Amino acid sequence: MSHSSPETLALEARQELEGLLKRTTPLTPKERIAITAQEMPTQDPAVRRRNVQEVALGYTPEQARLESMRCLQCRNAPCVQGCPVRIDIPGFLKAAADGDFQGACSIIKKNSLLPAVCGRVCPQETQCQEHCTVGKALKSVDKAVSIGRVERFVADLERESGSAVAPTIKPATGKKVAVIGTGPASITVAADVRREGHQVVMFEAFHKPGGVLVYGIPEFRLPKAIVQKEIDALTGMGVELKTNFVIGRTRKLKALIEEDGFDAVFIGTGAGLPKFMNIEGENLVGVFSANEYLTRANLMKAYDFERADTPISRPGRVAVLGGGNVAMDAARTAVRLGAEEVHIIYRRTEVEMPARIEELAHAKEEGVIFHLLENAKRLIGDKDGCVTALECLRYELGEPDASGRRRPVEVKGSEFIREIDAVIVAIGNDSNPLIPRTTDGLQTTKWGNIIVDETGKTSIDRVYAGGDIVLGAATVILAMGEGRRAAASINERLK
Amino acid sequence: MNKILARTQLSDDVYMMRLDAPYIARERLPGQFVILQLDNEFGERIPLTIADADPVEGSITIIFQAVGKTTHILADKQVGDSVQSVLGPLGQPTHIEKFGTVVCVGGGIGVAPLHPIVKGMKAAGNRIIVIVGARTKGLVILEEQMRALADEFIICTDDGSLGRKALVTEPLKEVCGRIPKPDMVVAIGPPIMMKFCAEATRPFGVHTMVSLNTIMIDGTGMCGGCRVTVGGQTKFVCVDGPEFDGHQVDFDNMMQRLKAYRKHEDHAHKQCHLNAEIRSKESITP
Repeated sequence: MSHSSPETLALEARQELEGLLKRTTPLTPKERIAITAQEMPTQDPAVRRRNVQEVALGYTPEQARLESMRCLQCRNAPCVQGCPVRIDIPGFLKAAADGDFQGACSIIKKNSLLPAVCGRVCPQETQCQEHCTVGKALKSVDKAVSIGRVERFVADLERESGSAVAPTIKPATGKKVAVIGTGPASITVAADVRREGHQVVMFEAFHKPGGVLVYGIPEFRLPKAIVQKEIDALTGMGVELKTNFVIGRTRKLKALIEEDGFDAVFIGTGAGLPKFMNIEGENLVGVFSANEYLTRANLMKAYDFERADTPISRPGRVAVLGGGNVAMDAARTAVRLGAEEVHIIYRRTEVEMPARIEELAHAKEEGVIFHLLENAKRLIGDKDGCVTALECLRYELGEPDASGRRRPVEVKGSEFIREIDAVIVAIGNDSNPLIPRTTDGLQTTKWGNIIVDETGKTSIDRVYAGGDIVLGAATVILAMGEGRRAAASINERLK
Repeated sequence: MNKILARTQLSDDVYMMRLDAPYIARERLPGQFVILQLDNEFGERIPLTIADADPVEGSITIIFQAVGKTTHILADKQVGDSVQSVLGPLGQPTHIEKFGTVVCVGGGIGVAPLHPIVKGMKAAGNRIIVIVGARTKGLVILEEQMRALADEFIICTDDGSLGRKALVTEPLKEVCGRIPKPDMVVAIGPPIMMKFCAEATRPFGVHTMVSLNTIMIDGTGMCGGCRVTVGGQTKFVCVDGPEFDGHQVDFDNMMQRLKAYRKHEDHAHKQCHLNAEIRSKESITP
């Protein structure tokens, strides 16, 4: 893929928009489809390989308007069906097409609390954009209206211009709600519950709030300042935040209700238990979970070699096992930390990769090498216990499995050695067991996910849960949707 | 923010501090630890044992050796100063019950985490044999406190400057060879010491519990940096431990993993001394 400079993209968009605005008759659907799909301006790959600044620079106002004009305003709005929180997508795109960006943002915010985040990290190509009529007409989901990019643009504009209106908070009810965790599900609950006039206290185990948005997703994909703004907005609403406070250890969950006077509790502790492959050599030196690697780099700022105390391994040849967004984040972080070669090893093909298309494309542009239909069988170490190689196996695709993806089948006798200096395991997360283990009567599935009913309530009265701790590792937008539902139930319960 | 309420130097490079931490003080049990961070922006997170706690005062006591950058800076802090972040209590508490005779072996700084366990074991009605070891006399900590709790007290140093000239494994083997043999051994100290204590007790078939101190970031099971191989299975020290059956722990793998960032740590440590030197020179020249 060739890289177009942001200046070129901006200039072309300005000229195209000027032409369209001179028209006096409304655009026909055919004309809308003919508008140039707006490419996201990005940092030059050669430059961004050596910095941690955000890769995608965001649309110009002209680009945002043009992209929004591509929307056909379908009456049945198939895009909305693909959105987990049912944002009025045609509505906000119409406003953005008319240049009413503030109006567009307000429409989004009726359903989504974190548009600047979701615009960046949602897998739009499997949600709203998958169903887009424009994409269908042009026979490629890549050509669908870039709903997420426009969402990001209007949210960024609102934040940067400081024009966001603080939500009104109803008079104090005297009721108190504890929110455990400070990731996307918890942020949503805190905001929705606080608005009803209830007192809200958030508990975070780390020294900084934001959950996976802060420890997991790298700066180059989601600037931490954006997350901090969302947290600031919450504290501005009067939400109290307690960091370095791990419920289950610092205080038992039940003590919050029985002794500390909380009327309800929301558990949004996420999927923080890294999965390993359970193969030989996985505990060798130089083998990391993606969680460890990314937490060192992101939350602990280990990329800042001069100032950060937390060390991070900086090997020459890195292998990342997995094909999701976390695998891409780990691989691209390794590139930025100076690795000579970064290899992604994935046992299916690119079509089955769960990573966002954009992350995959960015990783390739940055020189990450992909090895598909291949998997690690064991890890080999030297006399000091440091990993030096992977023994890999080749795979082929067989029949579809329960997830509908074709099942990878190993090719017998295809073992071969790949020499590497470090391995990052990015094959997913299970639910963190800390709260279930320390809370009697809290029911979980056999995978450790907390069981909730259709209102988000757990097996314990007044205790609700949502996000990855319920769903297993999922997405920010789903976590937010879950948070919305639980918050509504809590507000109902506290009436 | 956690205020430092008291500070004592226990030996050449070992310090004891009492920190204001009311919630941790209330919940903490023997065997548990905290993760401490001095600077939330760029500081590292380090696990430290809780040596004692006072729920009434709302304080915990930590004992640490100034070995790296963070512990050096911490050691320089004074009463009234604060620590930015203290998280805990973490890990599974020690399983304390009446076993019968319990041998408690502490090496060097390992005596600090051992102390509350000895207290707990004693309170549960066990007969306590304490073996304390250190390289040399100046590195022995909590000698009096341990002696006061022990039904039998053995002290040894590598160089013979205090007590027996021996490694702790020597008296440990003797005690295990008695009839009846002890019911349980708790060994806490440097990894190499715990490894050899486990080897010493293995032939006698005495259950030997060790407490591991590995590299950690979050301390809540999220990063997996602390993982060790126990009985052929991967365990997380932060949530499954820190205590494990010493006969099952793969100490060699654990010691290799502890060295993963040694170069970086040594560099940071040296830099920290250089900076301290520069600072002290700057403070002399006006």
